Amino acid sequence: MNWIANYVRPRINSIFSRRDTPENLWQKCDDCGTMLFHRELSDNLNVCTSCGHHMQISPRKRFEALFDGGVFAEIKVPQPVVDPLHFRDQKKYPERMRAAQRATGEKDSMLIATGEMGRTPIVAAAQDFSFMGGSMGMYVGNAIVAAAQEAVKLKRPLILFSASGGARMQEGILSLMQMPRTTVAVQMLKEAGLPYIVVLTHPTTGGVTASYAMLGDVQIAEPNALICFAGPRVIEQTIREKLPEGFQRAEYLLDHGMLDRVIDRNSLRDELITITRILLGLPPAVRGDLPPPTPGPAAVAGDATAKPDDDKSAMAKTSEKSAE
Amino acid sequence: MTQYLDFEKPLAVIEGKAEELRMLARSNEGMNVADEAAALDAKAKTLLDNLYKNLTPWRKCQVARHPERPHCGAYIDRLFTDFTPLAGDRNFADDLAVMGGLARFNGQPVMVIGHEKGSDTKSRIERNFGMSRPEGYRKAVRLLNLAGRFKLPVITLVDTPGAYPGKGAEERGQSEAIARSTEACLQIQVPLISIIIGEGGSGGAVAFASADRVAMLEHSIYSVITPEGCASILWKDAEKMREAAEAMRLTAQDLKKLGVIDQIIPEPRGGAHRGPETAIDAVGQTIADMLEELRNEDGATLVKQRRQKFLDMGSKGLTA
Repeated sequence: MNWIANYVRPRINSIFSRRDTPENLWQKCDDCGTMLFHRELSDNLNVCTSCGHHMQISPRKRFEALFDGGVFAEIKVPQPVVDPLHFRDQKKYPERMRAAQRATGEKDSMLIATGEMGRTPIVAAAQDFSFMGGSMGMYVGNAIVAAAQEAVKLKRPLILFSASGGARMQEGILSLMQMPRTTVAVQMLKEAGLPYIVVLTHPTTGGVTASYAMLGDVQIAEPNALICFAGPRVIEQTIREKLPEGFQRAEYLLDHGMLDRVIDRNSLRDELITITRILLGLPPAVRGDLPPPTPGPAAVAGDATAKPDDDKSAMAKTSEKSAE
Repeated sequence: MTQYLDFEKPLAVIEGKAEELRMLARSNEGMNVADEAAALDAKAKTLLDNLYKNLTPWRKCQVARHPERPHCGAYIDRLFTDFTPLAGDRNFADDLAVMGGLARFNGQPVMVIGHEKGSDTKSRIERNFGMSRPEGYRKAVRLLNLAGRFKLPVITLVDTPGAYPGKGAEERGQSEAIARSTEACLQIQVPLISIIIGEGGSGGAVAFASADRVAMLEHSIYSVITPEGCASILWKDAEKMREAAEAMRLTAQDLKKLGVIDQIIPEPRGGAHRGPETAIDAVGQTIADMLEELRNEDGATLVKQRRQKFLDMGSKGLTA
């Protein structure tokens, strides 16, 4: 309308709306509806303190909880061609990407890093459901291939946390081609004799479940995670009957022999340390909240097989965002 | 009598008229309609040519799904000898949506595996319309590994709307079965050739088509999801399948440009269902050529090159 309404007022509003405190100090549990104080929720890794419901957690936050002292070095992911199909549905694909990038502060829906977990050197990959439904496109494919290559190079296990609605439709057939691509990445690990452990988190569906997320040496899931190929809605439409309670949830899959374990997020790190150290033939881990590894011989003292040279690269960089 | 697709209506009208004329001539002796009928035939032929010259992606989907399009069984009958079907996944059941077995191709021992949609109501139900359950993929894994052990080149014929979205299929690990089938494709040390003869539907297709060479019939499709599925998710309206088909780039011609497939096999005028034998023979020729190309490669090299091909996919030949 006029100068004041279009220019001055938004500016003034933006000055006053800048606050140091987070906008939502309280978050409602998706499941039981309890109002949870953000700090308490965050300390509990986004698991409801009242009912134990596991809510989404960003890859960065997950890594901060996973790696010793929250320290990890991000592995660079080769940037694929952006919008190869010039895809347009109701919005253009690059617009959707920019919106997701602004909302999450991440490049795409997967973060890969290396570091130590209970003094066990690992490579980890985590998918971000808040970024376009964690959908698998060329970037995710590149990330998994890069993570596998890094793991082979450093002779470390790969631990992957999946969370995805499936293939990214905006990349059409090229997203479908990430199924064989990521399968090749898993084969690289297997042929190098390195453990590949998958932690399926809510939700993991479609082409992601039908490729790298189901090919782990050990398959773990977080409680009540939806894990499936076809979603419950599609199945109900196809067979025209109500599905049983808990269908396609982690515990249901465990009952049907599709998983090794269902583990609470807060116990996950300890279990992963135990499993990887056994698979790698390392002595039992030192428990507890370990400080970040310090470069030098002290850091690798408890670790008979790790090469000091390999470890230094893992300690090069500290995570930029802190837990709070 | 061919079933006409909706966009073929004008053709149906002309061919109908020609047929009517001939009927008339048969019942009234002395009536000469040959010239008129021939003119109509010529008109129909030009129309058919024009219709099929530039099929829109959605029309291609319709042709690829045509009920009379030759299916896996027809290819096996015509191109292979000594076909010996092998059944079962050794765990739960035999899935008839996937057929496969030992055979000879031009005398050479091979393994052939494909999705079969069925050709009448009974066989379609039996074959579950080509939508495999986990047992189908597990049978395929078994046959792929068997082929690997006995150095039999593998030919897969892909024609599926996708993996079956059912309760039992999910309970028995549909996703794991697909993943293992893809894994087996990328592991076997024998030539693996895949031909998409109709619908290459999503993970169900990839599970068979992670191959050394992939060819598609001219009017077949290969996509991450059905256009209807894509439309209902991204457009929130399954009726927008035409737009979705357009955006998804699922035609053989587009996929060749994207470097996802190696070759396009031409179909007879008016699609494979109007000349099944011509289409099947063209596929046979392609299989023979591809087998010849891969004949002298040793197993380890084949696997290495196959994997590299998929690793490179998307990094080469795409325009930003």
